[in-house]
Amino acid sequence: MFPPQFSVVIDSDKCEKCKRCTINCSFEALSYDDREDRIVSDDRKCVACLRCASKCPKGAITIKKNEITFSPHPTWTPEIRLDIMKQAETGGMIIAGCGNDLDYPCLFDRIVIDACQVTNPSIDPLREPIEVSTFLGKKPKQLKIGDDFSLETEIAPNIMIDTPIVIGHISYGAISLNAHKALAMAARKAGTLMGSGEGGLHPDLYEFGDHIIVQVASGRFGVHSTYLEVGAAIEIKIGQGAKPGIGGHLPGEKVTEDIAETRMIPVHTDALSPAPHHDIYSIEDLSQLIYALKEETDYMKPVFVKIAAVHNSAAIASGIARAGADAITIDGFRGGTGAAPKIVRNHLGIPIEIAIASVDKRLRDEGIRNEVSLIASGSIRSAADVVKAIALGADAVAIVTPALIAMGCTVCQQCYRGVCAWGICTTRQDLARRLNPEVASRKVYNLISAWTMELKEVLGALGMNAIESLRYNRERLRGVGIDQKTLEILGIKAAGE
Amino acid sequence: MQIDAKGLSYKELNRKLKELVSKEDALEIDVLNVNGHRYIGTGLENSKGIIRLHGVPGNDLAAFMNGGSIFVYGNAGDGVGNTMNAGLVVIHGDARDVVGYSMRGGKIFIKGNVGYRAGIHMKAYKNRFPSIVVGGRAEDFLGEYMAGGIIVVLNSNNEKNPVGKFTATGIHGGTIFVRGKISEEHLGIGAQIGTPNEEEINLLNNLISEYFSYFQVNENLDSLEFTKIHPKSHRPFAKLYVLE
Amino acid sequence: MSKVIDGCGISGIMSTKKKLIPGCEIVTSIDSMNFRYNGLGGGFAGYGIYPDYKDYYAFHLNFEDREAKTKAENFLYEQLRVIDDEPIPVRKSELIDDTKSISWRYFVSPPKDIENADDYIVKVVMHINENIPGAYVFSSGKNMGVFKAVGYPKAVADYFRIEDYSAYIWIAHGRYPTNTPGWWGGAHPFNILDWSVVHNGELSSYGTNKNFLEMWGYKCTLLTDTEVLAYLFDLLVRRHKIPVELACNVITPMFWSEINSDNSPRGKALKALRMTYGGAIVNGPFSIIVATNRFMFGLTDRIKLRPLIAARKDDFFYIASEECAIRSVCENPDIVWAPRGGEQVIAYVKEVT
Repeated sequence: MFPPQFSVVIDSDKCEKCKRCTINCSFEALSYDDREDRIVSDDRKCVACLRCASKCPKGAITIKKNEITFSPHPTWTPEIRLDIMKQAETGGMIIAGCGNDLDYPCLFDRIVIDACQVTNPSIDPLREPIEVSTFLGKKPKQLKIGDDFSLETEIAPNIMIDTPIVIGHISYGAISLNAHKALAMAARKAGTLMGSGEGGLHPDLYEFGDHIIVQVASGRFGVHSTYLEVGAAIEIKIGQGAKPGIGGHLPGEKVTEDIAETRMIPVHTDALSPAPHHDIYSIEDLSQLIYALKEETDYMKPVFVKIAAVHNSAAIASGIARAGADAITIDGFRGGTGAAPKIVRNHLGIPIEIAIASVDKRLRDEGIRNEVSLIASGSIRSAADVVKAIALGADAVAIVTPALIAMGCTVCQQCYRGVCAWGICTTRQDLARRLNPEVASRKVYNLISAWTMELKEVLGALGMNAIESLRYNRERLRGVGIDQKTLEILGIKAAGE
Repeated sequence: MQIDAKGLSYKELNRKLKELVSKEDALEIDVLNVNGHRYIGTGLENSKGIIRLHGVPGNDLAAFMNGGSIFVYGNAGDGVGNTMNAGLVVIHGDARDVVGYSMRGGKIFIKGNVGYRAGIHMKAYKNRFPSIVVGGRAEDFLGEYMAGGIIVVLNSNNEKNPVGKFTATGIHGGTIFVRGKISEEHLGIGAQIGTPNEEEINLLNNLISEYFSYFQVNENLDSLEFTKIHPKSHRPFAKLYVLE
Repeated sequence: MSKVIDGCGISGIMSTKKKLIPGCEIVTSIDSMNFRYNGLGGGFAGYGIYPDYKDYYAFHLNFEDREAKTKAENFLYEQLRVIDDEPIPVRKSELIDDTKSISWRYFVSPPKDIENADDYIVKVVMHINENIPGAYVFSSGKNMGVFKAVGYPKAVADYFRIEDYSAYIWIAHGRYPTNTPGWWGGAHPFNILDWSVVHNGELSSYGTNKNFLEMWGYKCTLLTDTEVLAYLFDLLVRRHKIPVELACNVITPMFWSEINSDNSPRGKALKALRMTYGGAIVNGPFSIIVATNRFMFGLTDRIKLRPLIAARKDDFFYIASEECAIRSVCENPDIVWAPRGGEQVIAYVKEVT
């Protein structure tokens, strides 16, 4: 009924019939036909994960987009038609993975960065010091210093990270234990943090605790005292960019024995997190939970709150800051997910560029910007996005998809099926084994390291040798092809001004 | 030959100097009341010309200098010997920042201290070889991006830190010799510590003798033990880049 | 109008024993570096110039026209007790175009029931600058004043008759902006209460500093990055009572590698300061001279991208962009040196008891 999206083309001249491709394909698209002595592909099952092509020793495999042409129509795109067909067939909600795939304008790509010339020298990042260390946590409004220069103000616990790039939350269950471990190892090596996600923390990761933000989501999976004590910080997840207003969703296929134990639910049930925390129906309830967690950990750990970027993010953020949170993570509408209803993933929420700019401005207008750190996430794709996010008002950014791609993910967007051929988004042992945590963590570390160097390169070009001077420095950004109203909300001028 | 620089702009002073120096084959000029006059000795060519400056010259003394000698009896400003090609500069005082930027030849001797980024991007090629000798100490970024030539820091006052931080950061050629002990903490990227070899010790001794001849300093700097700072490789940043 | 960019030269002369230094000395000093300027701005701040009114705030105002003056005066008379007011004496000259600049001074006091006089004065200043078009407060300190205009420093000095004043602290500035709106407000010194700042360089962190200061009620209206420096010191030292030496560590913090290896109480304070006041960090090349009624200090950025020379002779203290500015007024200083990047050089007035 549905024309296959991709077709697997095997060059018979090159093919040695080693059958490595059939073993590697976890989507069961490839098999070896005895009688015809060749590899055959069931194109309907191919998702273009590219595992077979990368493993073929002869480079004999090409994955092509299927050339069946729908009669073109701008309104009834092939995608719209296929979605309708699927729903007609099943009567169900379409579930999708990864992030928003609609063609909304990407504001990051319309923002350009200033550079210094003549009147202000650029600084050479290779040879001169450029500092990017960042403190996440609550800072006091002002400090009291005694006559002998000693500090008289008590400061809330802060975490110092060596780079403003943090690995965001993705749960054990959404990804394999090997992948989770790889992220933790990379975070430790890079001197930054990693988010545990809402699936709890496997004991194997406790040793990385100083570099982990443990998440308390609405399902409270895996939340117990040890869990809370082990992390460097605790994050209350109110929402995520990919699915504002909806809780996490781990399909039953992925709930193996280990997951069941960590999350404390029966094997192979769907792990669904409720939409709201059922003890937070209003802002004062959030404050209550924040302080409950602080009491539990003797006020030694910062408590973060993560929200999805929605229309009134600025007001919500202000409320969260006053409720006692030490940092706020704002997840834009392009954020990724293992599984979400497609309609929510694609149509709910607002872009992170707008959200960060308006939250930062609101907090500054209210004089409370120092009370919280702001972390921006939701499809931060490159170091350029990092620079722009910080100039728009973020203290740091959180990335997940780039870290997964670094580990080998090819963004085939089939995460929710639990058969990731790369061993990342799966809990099947035979598949998870394909990912070597040491190798994978080195790649994630390389990525963070390379982006940090690029960040320094740009800071140098801006004539800054400390990242504090980029934070909410809208003056160094300009917009190209952005309408006046959006420019105002972003707080930046048009290029040429 | 005497000129009084009082009341002269730097343009007027330099024009006078150039006229005088180009006319005669060998010439000695004393300039009095030098105070902030810039660009003195810029592009000076006459290898036999000697100019003595009494007072405090301004920025870019001996910039692009191509021969001749300048003696300063006072402190100098920023940019002494900027892109200097040949010649001699002797300063009876301190020099400030960016001494010998892109220096390609010639010699600079300073009795006192130098500021930041001394010897930045010095270069050498075959027989073109620049030298800087500092009697006191140097601040941060000494020999940044150095590609050739020699810098000597004598630390005559035996200060705790003869050089600052980020010394020789980005060095890929040339050598720095510092009297006294240096630790890794002083060094920038791509620099390493070593001991001078015999050839280098000879070169050092010659330069130090020359330094002493100008400043008539009789005391023997006790222990002429020098730490050598030199490049780890001639491509310190090769690993940082990946092609698109 | 957009932000104007500067190159420039600065100079400061101080008598720690409060001996009054005639204005012509600072003019000689700043003029000796004439080659650093392009004639598009010059200015002076003198301390101790109004001994007869020393307990009142001396407001130096600049008006574009009579209308702005009337509006501003209405506001001043509403908000403050005006003890005296008069035009600032000037000597008309071809070199200074004052067709759009009326210079006036007012000696004022806040109403009797005001608890914090300084805070009140700052609010009045911010209001005038932001809300009364064509009216700007050039200085608002006690027993001091800022004189500035578009022109070479010598021409500005002649116009404002600087030779008629004597002060125990003088700071001065000559400007080299790369585009000119031709207005006097962009010249240095920048001032709030008795804080005056002259600056050579450009602040790459201006956007951040401006946004940070707005949280505390300071409005940056004079379109020049230097403005933030005056407000930052007023905030840190006067309002937050951070000792001025540490306030300089906030503006130009030490590198983390140095802060983290200092376990003394001072080291802990430095770490807390840098964590808390990230928005006050000033980045970009700069050398500044800052003066108040009690002290004068110089500071450069921590990788020393701009020049600064200091000197002492007897109880006089000198700071300038180049040594010639000092030697023009002091032939044989006891000591001359170049301060290190990021390290404050300061001298305090020795109060005669």
